[in-house]
Amino acid sequence: MNLFAAIGRAVLILLAQIGRVTRFTGQTLAAIFSPPFYGRLLGQQIMRIGYFSLPVVGLTALSTGAVLALQIYLGGNRYGAEAIVPQIVVLGITRELGPVIAGLMVAGRVAAAIAAELGTMKVTEQIDALTTLATNPIKYLVVPRLLAAVISLPFLTAAGDSIGVLGGYLVSTYNLGFTGSIYLKNTVDFAKNEDITSGLIKAAVFGFIIALMGCYNGFYSKGGAQGVGAATTNAVVSSCCLILAADFVLTAILFHT
Amino acid sequence: MTAMIEIIGLKKRFGPKVVLDGIDLTVEKQSSTVIIGGSGTGKSVAIKSILGIITPDEGTIRIDGQDVTDLRGAARDPLMKKFGMLFQGGALFDSLPVWENVAFGLIQGHGMARAKAKDVAIEKLAKVGLGSDVAYLSPAELSGGMQKRVGLARAIAADPQIIFFDEPTTGLDPIMADVINDLIISTVKDVGATALSITHDMTSARKISDRIAMLYAGKIIWNGPTGDIDHSSNPYVDQFIHGKAEGPIKMAVKA
Repeated sequence: MNLFAAIGRAVLILLAQIGRVTRFTGQTLAAIFSPPFYGRLLGQQIMRIGYFSLPVVGLTALSTGAVLALQIYLGGNRYGAEAIVPQIVVLGITRELGPVIAGLMVAGRVAAAIAAELGTMKVTEQIDALTTLATNPIKYLVVPRLLAAVISLPFLTAAGDSIGVLGGYLVSTYNLGFTGSIYLKNTVDFAKNEDITSGLIKAAVFGFIIALMGCYNGFYSKGGAQGVGAATTNAVVSSCCLILAADFVLTAILFHT
Repeated sequence: MTAMIEIIGLKKRFGPKVVLDGIDLTVEKQSSTVIIGGSGTGKSVAIKSILGIITPDEGTIRIDGQDVTDLRGAARDPLMKKFGMLFQGGALFDSLPVWENVAFGLIQGHGMARAKAKDVAIEKLAKVGLGSDVAYLSPAELSGGMQKRVGLARAIAADPQIIFFDEPTTGLDPIMADVINDLIISTVKDVGATALSITHDMTSARKISDRIAMLYAGKIIWNGPTGDIDHSSNPYVDQFIHGKAEGPIKMAVKA
């Protein structure tokens, strides 16, 4: 009997959680379209979420592109197919690695920061204080972060795509004996618009997930320092898992497979 | 006198734990009522229910004659503009300088221009005894007593009709506590507001209130003029106001 009770309890907790996330999402989406709008805060958040994430996204994209080129070269070498490096690098980066790496890096950086900030505001009653000052906390805190992440992630990914291709280019021309102009021509000729746009669409969805998980976990954190710590961890773990799940679903939808 | 706040049969439980078990309380216009009671007796829950931060399970809350129990979202905005609240820990926004904290309700809630709101904020800071040099500091740079004062300035900034005080003197030294008590009395009189406070500091409760209500086991067990509290002939009240460990109130060691 105890086993059933335990399973039942876990299922109830899960359902309650899904319900809360759904309600939170609904409240946020409704708040996006009704005034007041906080343009100033949106600008601030675009700086914090987007602009300040550029170094970390750029660095990971550069090394991923470089390693990717090296691995494809070594693998292709077995079949005498090492010339395919530029094509595979650009395909892998724009379709998959660019958005996913940008998403995961920003999840670690931003979802954690959002959850910690809003969680601390929650436990120190600052979110309640907003309500008493006739300000809707969802509009004031959640909407600017959500919009900023949805806007920033595609730009970050576009930058990451370019830098990733550059990483492959550098390794290929300096270490693997490719000619620079031919490498670039192969890259540009091979890449299609939909390779790039599909990655940018994914990035926007990942931005939504990151900001939503950060805000939700922050908003519902409780119990002081430990609660804020747990909220931060949950925000990062849940946004990473959801990014990977969404990536699979989006790939299937975008490429009709 | 007419009632500003009317609470009828207010009930709230969290899971199996009944916190408020049918509270009735009336606060007259421009009067000051203090709810006393031990820690964890639901004083904060009562205030947060009136503010709409917590949704009660049962009961009615009327503000100035209007039933506001189920008022939510945008419909609640005009009501929230009548309220001011001083939070226990100050709850100042640490991302904003002091003046913007005080001006927050004016700028965001009432749509006042920033420059004008800043002047009002500095004027309100002067009312709580803080100079304009404090206005540009960050809340983290202030002492506990100064944070309380800024919180008070923020609570009165938009000239609210009702001000709530959550443990206004907790965590302050006795002298600073008295300063805050004086400020509460003068600011509430100044704006002609109705005040509802919760505290377990009896010195503060006696000083700032016209009436005292005692909350115990989810109910108001005594309610009367402040002068009558010493001869309430209620053993629970006597034990609480004299701070005795022995008596009918048993402190639960486990929550």
